[in-house]
Amino acid sequence: MTDKRLTEDDVVAELRDGMTIGIGGWGSRRKPMSLVRAIVRSSLRDLTIVTYGGPDVGLLCAAGKVKRVAYAFVALDQTTPANPHTAILEPHFRGARQRGEVEDEPYDEGMLLLGLQAAAWRVPFLPTRVGLGSDLFRDNPRLRTVRSPYADGEELVAAPALHLDAALVHLNRGDERGNGQFIGPDLYFDDLMLGAAERGFLSVERVVETAELAKEGSLHTLRINRATVTGVIEAPYGAHFTSCEPDYGRDEEFQKAYMATAKSAESWAEFKATWLDLSEADYQAKRRAAATAASPTVAAGARVREGDPGSSRGET
Amino acid sequence: MSAIPTRADVCAVAVAECFRGDGEIVANPIGTIPMVGGRLARASFEPDLLMTDSEATLIANDEAFDWGDNKLVEFCNPYRSMFDIVWSGKRHVMMGATQVDQYGNQNIAAIGPYTKPKVQLLGYRGAPGNTINNTTSYWVPNHSPQVVCARVDTVCGIGYDRAAKLGSEAARFHEIRRVVTNLCVLDFETPDQRMRLRSTHPGVSADDVVAATGFELVIPDDVPETRSPTDDELRLLYEVIDPTDERGREVGE
Repeated sequence: MTDKRLTEDDVVAELRDGMTIGIGGWGSRRKPMSLVRAIVRSSLRDLTIVTYGGPDVGLLCAAGKVKRVAYAFVALDQTTPANPHTAILEPHFRGARQRGEVEDEPYDEGMLLLGLQAAAWRVPFLPTRVGLGSDLFRDNPRLRTVRSPYADGEELVAAPALHLDAALVHLNRGDERGNGQFIGPDLYFDDLMLGAAERGFLSVERVVETAELAKEGSLHTLRINRATVTGVIEAPYGAHFTSCEPDYGRDEEFQKAYMATAKSAESWAEFKATWLDLSEADYQAKRRAAATAASPTVAAGARVREGDPGSSRGET
Repeated sequence: MSAIPTRADVCAVAVAECFRGDGEIVANPIGTIPMVGGRLARASFEPDLLMTDSEATLIANDEAFDWGDNKLVEFCNPYRSMFDIVWSGKRHVMMGATQVDQYGNQNIAAIGPYTKPKVQLLGYRGAPGNTINNTTSYWVPNHSPQVVCARVDTVCGIGYDRAAKLGSEAARFHEIRRVVTNLCVLDFETPDQRMRLRSTHPGVSADDVVAATGFELVIPDDVPETRSPTDDELRLLYEVIDPTDERGREVGE
């Protein structure tokens, strides 16, 4: 039996400049942020990022790691009175695009799904109606159409396979062999990211014995099988400051502070020095200290395992 | 109930009317007033509509927000499952639009040249797939010539001119039903499917709409007033669907 446990820095050592990297999650939800932070600390550069983007893309752009982004959106989720998941603009990605610092490969959300599925199934494309007539054909020169070989002869979009050199995803639970479990509301497309990748890296809130997985949630939550996973990283609060329901919600205050750092080079430099130019262990210690200072009474009610507040489950 | 309807109440009713006749499909209004209006349609004249919690389930609640632990879950609907619904056509989505033109082309991706935009927005999101697969309407809370404009910089959601170029076969599932704004209701029920002024909200004139629009609208001889909510609808809005008046935050008087 293979024990696939690695640290974040072990994963980064497996990556190379210029690689195409898929990142799981969606917006500010269940992003593998401890792995993103490890990339920010590294000397890696010229990465192509494929994702349903959130602050992962913003951080990597601000840190100068990104050559190209293949995406359907890059947005943050923010709580408003009417909706806990209002999509708002990602300030660092926005800045990078407006300054012309990153190349842009746009897709429709569903087309991205099909591209990952095609790569996972080892076919060059999957046909779809999605994209017909839109400016995706102006803005993404990779796109082609295909004619149905059947009697209908219909012309469809050939959503191109999106092959990944590596995929980074964060789930709630996993075992040391690489089986992964999500117990939140949505798997998003994390299984397809792993399927489309040469090598898949799975970070989890907790590594548990295999026998424990089926006790943590229904059978339907066991959706990542170890054949698609190269390495497992135990990363409690690894998705911080994005959400990892039901373990913890989004850290709204931290996200606000992060957003404000797009206003000037100085504020970004200060944020980077405070929160990024340090080990993951030091990051988590700082985060714990800040959370305890903010609400010491809530800190008693841990949802993961550290005597540590997550924001309330009622958030969703 | 004798309250005088607010502009937001009228907008909610106009949104509800977009879903009239839709039957048993997913009504997927995005935004505060769309969520209120969609719920209003289901709580009154379209009881079979299915609606999301803006996340990963379809829920039967009449309340538009703040379900807490009281969600009446009908179906587990993660994003992957939503694409099954979109691509099978059993959905009417109401999206926002940073720009929308006279044929209903919509932009939410970027303002200015796409390669180096003046303003980067969200991205294409699901707009291309939505408009080619299921019925689409738009909600514009800030009707102005910059938003309801002559030319969109990037076509995310495709309008009737683009659909016509694709041909009636390829675009057979395309329908842009309405554009509801803070000033009026617009549709495309014209011979060349250009945008038409369908009704103006109480207190708004056709001239007001023309002044706030960046192209020449089709204006019928008689432009009716957008209907006001019935007493039953007002009761639903104020007592059940949106008692804290979130809709009023999106559109002022």
